[in-house]
Amino acid sequence: MAEGYEPRIVAFLCNWCTYAGADLAGTSRLQYPPNVRIIRLMCSGALDPVYVVKALLEGADGVFIGGCHPGDCHYQNGNFKARRRVAILKKILEQTGFDPERVWLRWISASEGRLFADTMTQMVDAIRAKGPNPLRGQWGM
Amino acid sequence: MAALRRLLADLLEKGLVDALLVPRPAPGGGSLVQALVNRREALADADPVAPVMPVQTARILSALTAGGAPYRLGAVVKSCEVRAAIELAKLKQVDLSRVVLIGVDCLGTYEPREYAALVAAGQDPTAYALAAAGAGMVAPVEGAAFRDACRMCEQPTAQGCTLRVGLVGAGGAVLISGSDELLGALGYPTADEPAAREACLAALVAERTATRDRMLAEVRERLRDAAGLLAEFGKCIRCHNCMTACPICYCRECIFKSATFAHPPATYQSWLQRHGALRMPADTVLFHLTRLNHMSASCVGCGACSSACPNGLPVAQVFRAVGREVQALFDYVPGRSVYDELPLAVFREDELGDVAR
Repeated sequence: MAEGYEPRIVAFLCNWCTYAGADLAGTSRLQYPPNVRIIRLMCSGALDPVYVVKALLEGADGVFIGGCHPGDCHYQNGNFKARRRVAILKKILEQTGFDPERVWLRWISASEGRLFADTMTQMVDAIRAKGPNPLRGQWGM
Repeated sequence: MAALRRLLADLLEKGLVDALLVPRPAPGGGSLVQALVNRREALADADPVAPVMPVQTARILSALTAGGAPYRLGAVVKSCEVRAAIELAKLKQVDLSRVVLIGVDCLGTYEPREYAALVAAGQDPTAYALAAAGAGMVAPVEGAAFRDACRMCEQPTAQGCTLRVGLVGAGGAVLISGSDELLGALGYPTADEPAAREACLAALVAERTATRDRMLAEVRERLRDAAGLLAEFGKCIRCHNCMTACPICYCRECIFKSATFAHPPATYQSWLQRHGALRMPADTVLFHLTRLNHMSASCVGCGACSSACPNGLPVAQVFRAVGREVQALFDYVPGRSVYDELPLAVFREDELGDVAR
């Protein structure tokens, strides 16, 4: 593993659930690793895979996508659509020589600040164990 | 050829279609183009089974029928063109309600450049292909090769068409089958398929399937890591030709042509500082991976992308190899039926439990 390696994780969080869950984690003063850069979306179903791929090609060590639990989507079913898109994305990553396990999709509600903090800790640990994104420092992508 | 042209002329003259979309020699000669015709005389040089695909006909069908065709259109199509048209119908880019699809056996296609070279050298690729098909073979002329997409195509006959034209293994006959209503109006009997045809097609499909498995295994071997992906797409100049030629990529404004990718100069500077060097034009691998995400579920493997690439990148092989795995996730067969739901247009509540928790 690279010396002094700190994973960088880009997190796309839905406005109504996981972003509010992250907010709750913060206001509850729950500790989680500072390796996560959060981008707020209106819905996990609004995330075009292009942004996930871009983050990976730019050297992000992991990409986290957080949405509402099934049945709780503010827009009825955006999270179900996100799940299909992410399934396809992970299959494409697997087929083109990337590690699909660098992309996580999780359901975390607005009341689950603890789950958000724990999930971030787990993901940072898992990505730390994987080592840096092999595309870091690649100029050809 | 006479029987084929007569079929097209009869469709027009008996008022069963108002116009026909059919390949014929380009206005300046030398190659072939699709033409929209509504008079019998314009069919005199029609070449409905020419072994070349200058444009994926599904794209043309989109231009002619999106939102509803104003007349009944007969379209001569090969298998991959029907399949793409079915995908576009589900994507609401083609309206098949007033279209009579006339599916011809595909006799293989050359790269348009190679086809033009054969014609320039005095050959008649269509006559050769018809003679070979009659004898039960789908093969290129000596010294030439079909496109890679065709060499690994295991669906040489067009399915899901109103009329079907069988040529392979027909001993030189033209086997016309399809809707009883239309055949009745034409006054044509339904052709009996000679026993030899089934065996010829089975042998062809077996050979193509073996080629497909070999070619796709080679692609997968090359794509084992990111270095492999770079090797495949390193020469990409992001001209977008593959996207423009792709029948499935229908977006009027692709994100790659939008302001999202019109990066300000300072953005390149920040990337440069991060990476120490920056490949220009940028976002080439991103382009292909994104296109895979957006359209591979519907990829019919026609290979229009590879034919359009100025640098000879194996776009079609990669998209077919990856697309098959994506389609398998949802047991989806693109182009099979307008009633199969597009994987990205629907969902099940109880599925993909391993993707999200």
